[in-house]
Amino acid sequence: MTNVIERLGAWAVTRVGEMGRMLLFVLSAFAWLARPPLRFHQIMKQIHFIGYRSTFVVVLTAGFTGMVLALQGYYSLRKFGSEGLLGSAVALSMIRELGPVLAALMVTARAGSAMTAEIGIMRITEQIDALDTMAINPMQYLIAPKLVAAVIGVPLLVAIFDVVGIYGGSLVGVDLLGVSEGAYWNSVQSAVEWKDVYGGILKSISFGLIISWVCCYKGFYTRQSAEGLGSATTEAVVLSSVLILVGDYILTSLLL
Amino acid sequence: MIKMVGVEKKLGGQPVLQGVDLSIPVGKLTTIIGGSGSGKSVLLKHMIGLMQPDRGEVWVGDVEISRLSGTPLNDVRKRFAMLFQGAALFDSLSVFENVAFPLREKLRMKGPEVGRRVEEKLQEVGLEGMGHKFPAELSGGMRKRAGLARALVMEPEIILFDEPTTGLDPLMAKSIHDLIVKMHRRFGFTAIMVSHEIPEIFGISDWVAMLRKGKIALMATSAEFQRTTDPEIQEFISVGGTVALPGSLVG
Repeated sequence: MTNVIERLGAWAVTRVGEMGRMLLFVLSAFAWLARPPLRFHQIMKQIHFIGYRSTFVVVLTAGFTGMVLALQGYYSLRKFGSEGLLGSAVALSMIRELGPVLAALMVTARAGSAMTAEIGIMRITEQIDALDTMAINPMQYLIAPKLVAAVIGVPLLVAIFDVVGIYGGSLVGVDLLGVSEGAYWNSVQSAVEWKDVYGGILKSISFGLIISWVCCYKGFYTRQSAEGLGSATTEAVVLSSVLILVGDYILTSLLL
Repeated sequence: MIKMVGVEKKLGGQPVLQGVDLSIPVGKLTTIIGGSGSGKSVLLKHMIGLMQPDRGEVWVGDVEISRLSGTPLNDVRKRFAMLFQGAALFDSLSVFENVAFPLREKLRMKGPEVGRRVEEKLQEVGLEGMGHKFPAELSGGMRKRAGLARALVMEPEIILFDEPTTGLDPLMAKSIHDLIVKMHRRFGFTAIMVSHEIPEIFGISDWVAMLRKGKIALMATSAEFQRTTDPEIQEFISVGGTVALPGSLVG
């Protein structure tokens, strides 16, 4: 019994310690960000990597999500003779929930895992130590630009996700299932309010921060082996995804 | 210039350094030898503040660096350069960009001056015309040369070499040793090298120190070191035999 309590205590101490290290990590990155020089080129490079290069997978996911949402929504709404509300059902689902969450999960899978692997390899091959020896702070050069890029890039991807998803819904609802085009777009326009868009933006900024924070942290403190790098990448993707879903619930409950 | 006093360090609960006292002579090439896992690289990392001792002091000039961090530590590091075991070149940058990196990022240097200094250093290490290649396209020896060019480009006072010939064939290892000696004589920096290459290191080093059981067992000039009567050290170095300073390196 004492053994179990001891192990539980040790586990709790480790977790709390890890959370503390994670918090110090992100605070340190933001503190270095505030100090000159501003690495504008690095930030743009990361926005290109996280944002632009994730566009294809985000558009693909958004299109099919909107289409399946319209398909399901149409048959549910038809039972009540409310097919005209299909546009609002698709748009609100997209803007409030699916856009931020699914886009963030796709970015985690594509860019977040790559971030962890890149930083982890730099750690294992002593490239991060090399930065230190050149008196260049890795937090400022390597981590801070990724945090900024994700906070800028993810909301832009979510905006694309929302638009493509709503058009995907229109493709199925209007062009395939025969809902009136006017009714679809009118219902989108009347249902979506500024607070829905604002909530979506707030969520996507938070998710961008979560992805870059967790993935950079896991890469930066990866263990010095190929196995350690593999575990770090897996942990980064799993932890980011879980935090996105938990964060989505918390933010939704606060925003409603 | 670099002085370590009673440095102790444990890694994963295991004692690695157990009271290292060491003074590195200025402007000389000092080589640290010792068995595998004896803590040579750990010792080197303490000198540049990549690791902090559990106890003891590390002095660089008149600055005690063992508890420094942030800008004060970076100010000390500006006097250093380091050539890592695997060269630690940035994979995503070409050789030219790697060598130019400290100039651009640290000195904020721009324009043709960067190109001139990088090409000069690449030529000195025998990599002229290779600037466009990426690290993945280079052989082990070429990577070390590129790493050396990057270390030299800032013209540091002190250069640390962490097993610079590991993984190279004997001819390539010799050419890297020759290059280090040539650059050391030309630029006059203080060189501290960790190496397994016995007896070759006796031919190129001014001073040799041996790390044994977490302490410096002996530090002496190359010639004196080879004449030691300590049976354990004799056994360690006799595996490779003794060597006289090669004619090409005399003077």
